[in-house]
Amino acid sequence: MSKDTNAHATPVLPKSPTGITGLDEITGGGLPTGRPTLVCGSAGCGKTMLATEFIVRGAAEFGEPGVFLMFEENAAELTANVRSLGFDLERLVKEKKVLLDHVHIERSEIEETGEYDLEGLFIRLGHAIDSIGAKRVVLDTVEALFAGLPNHGILRAELRRLFRWLKDRGMTAIITGEKGDGNAITRYGLEEYVADCVITLDHRVTEQISTRRLRVLKYRGSAHGTNEYPFLIGERGISVLPITSLRLDHAAPSERLCTGISRLDEMLGGQGVFRGSSVLVSGAPGTGKSSIGAKFAEAACRRGERALLFAYEESSAQIVRNMRSIGIDLAPWMEKGLLQIHASRPTLQGLEQHLVGLHDTVKAFRPAVVVVDPISNLTLDRSDAEVKPTLMRLIDFLKQQQITTVFTSLTTGGSTASAAEDSQVGVSSLMDAWLLLRNVEFNGERNRTLYVLKARGTAHSNQVREFVLSDAGIALVDVYLGADRVLTGTARVAQAAHEHSAAELRREDHERKLRQLASKRKVIEAQIAALNAEGEAEEAEVKFAIAHETLREETTQQNSADMGQLRGGETTANKATKGKR
Amino acid sequence: MSTIAMNYELRLYVAGQTAKSIAAVANLKRICETHLAGQYRIEVIDLTKTPQLAAGDQILALPTLVRRLPEPIKKIIGDLSDEERVLVGLDVQPVKE
Repeated sequence: MSKDTNAHATPVLPKSPTGITGLDEITGGGLPTGRPTLVCGSAGCGKTMLATEFIVRGAAEFGEPGVFLMFEENAAELTANVRSLGFDLERLVKEKKVLLDHVHIERSEIEETGEYDLEGLFIRLGHAIDSIGAKRVVLDTVEALFAGLPNHGILRAELRRLFRWLKDRGMTAIITGEKGDGNAITRYGLEEYVADCVITLDHRVTEQISTRRLRVLKYRGSAHGTNEYPFLIGERGISVLPITSLRLDHAAPSERLCTGISRLDEMLGGQGVFRGSSVLVSGAPGTGKSSIGAKFAEAACRRGERALLFAYEESSAQIVRNMRSIGIDLAPWMEKGLLQIHASRPTLQGLEQHLVGLHDTVKAFRPAVVVVDPISNLTLDRSDAEVKPTLMRLIDFLKQQQITTVFTSLTTGGSTASAAEDSQVGVSSLMDAWLLLRNVEFNGERNRTLYVLKARGTAHSNQVREFVLSDAGIALVDVYLGADRVLTGTARVAQAAHEHSAAELRREDHERKLRQLASKRKVIEAQIAALNAEGEAEEAEVKFAIAHETLREETTQQNSADMGQLRGGETTANKATKGKR
Repeated sequence: MSTIAMNYELRLYVAGQTAKSIAAVANLKRICETHLAGQYRIEVIDLTKTPQLAAGDQILALPTLVRRLPEPIKKIIGDLSDEERVLVGLDVQPVKE
């Protein structure tokens, strides 16, 4: 990035900004200063428009007065033509910032007799330049001279001299030219004389939708974008896309926004989506995409933020009525000015035209949340390769503004999940979060399911939820996983009832078991008491026996002692008597 | 058939004293004297001195002779060396000598 700015700060070639959105990005700063640029294209492709904007913006925004020499329209016509685009030429003319000069040449009035040159044109142009101090010149289109002047030999020589002269005077000039037949850039070969910078404009109609394209064919001494870029003539003049060139440098706020559906917030890591992120809601017809979009917008309004809803399928009144049926009342927010619904037919304009319309509306309204319902209608009959860059520009633009976006998308895929995913591969990689809505048909009914296919930077749920739309609003409920499929709708309710009664049974069973346990414990305790008592009795018995034994032993000993004494005494007495005897 | 008496108001635009300018002025005077004696008025405008006058008559090529009267306006570009074509351009019946 810093390298880029350095490169712009020291350009190889001095450049004059055109002020035309996008063109200065492509050319790296504008048209070559002090040199003529050839702008060519077929009729009605916007040559005069581009030239006019170059002059008007030069005078009004860059302080470079300009001379507009027209050969086809007169001043009044041109002023009227560009007034509708918001350019006030009259004022600039009055302020001497712009000079309009109509060069009218009528072949039938002119007779050629001998030698001549175009000094008159030089004098006129020179006088015009001097009178307002012009820095920019437009010749629109000098080719008219070829029709007016019969001697092309003189004319070519004089044109060569004219462009040289413009260069010498340091005029940044635009010379317009009609596209020639075949590969010729211009009908009269003007590119031979003006070779510093060539821009071609093109107007193509594919699938009944017209798209204008611009290409910088040549830019001597400067790098430039070589692609064809779509451009539009909008309410504010020409816009060349990329409006915000393809950069990836937007900020990433960590603030979360709730989606308005609390269970969905839970599924998205508990707090909803990041501010400034893009959410894709895809699904088959009737899966509730618009409802999610509307809920999201309503949630933003509830927070006091502005929301913008682009509807390409229903009218504004129809949306309000339909959303009311599921408990989302949008009308009060519209009255408060927090919500705007822009309904239009997608086929009304080309994709780029829609994009620019979207830009303008977003810039004017400055919403926090934008809902586009659905983007798939915008991409009707267009190849992915064409749609993707355009959507990328749109998403980039909205991200730069830190606007949270919800895009709904109608999937054309069949009932299988992979088909639904495949059909969105083109745009899904641009999205930060992707909610997939699906219909599950089972048991004689069709139910909606939702899951979060991806959500960058959040710990999102991997679970499928049933998505219920009722007059109470949007709800997400858990689905039941059966043997081979998720159960939704009445099957889910039946399953829930079944599980409820089973739980009841189990609970009663537990209580019974507890009661049994309690009584068993009582029995055991009684038994323990009985055994204790038995033990105690036994102990007493034993103690008694021991005491009895001890006593008897003692008695025996005493007796024997006594007896001994008695016998001993007798013996001693006997001995004694024996001795005496 | 004689020329109907009418006034020719002619204006010749030139740029400075170039060879073409001088030739054009000389040629014009000669042709007018020959064919329109007494019926013409010539005004020579040097655009290098009064460039603001170029836009009024839609002058691009120089020299240009403009027949302002009689209507309609006619323009003859070049140094007027082709007398026959000048007369055709001015819609003047040549005087037979």
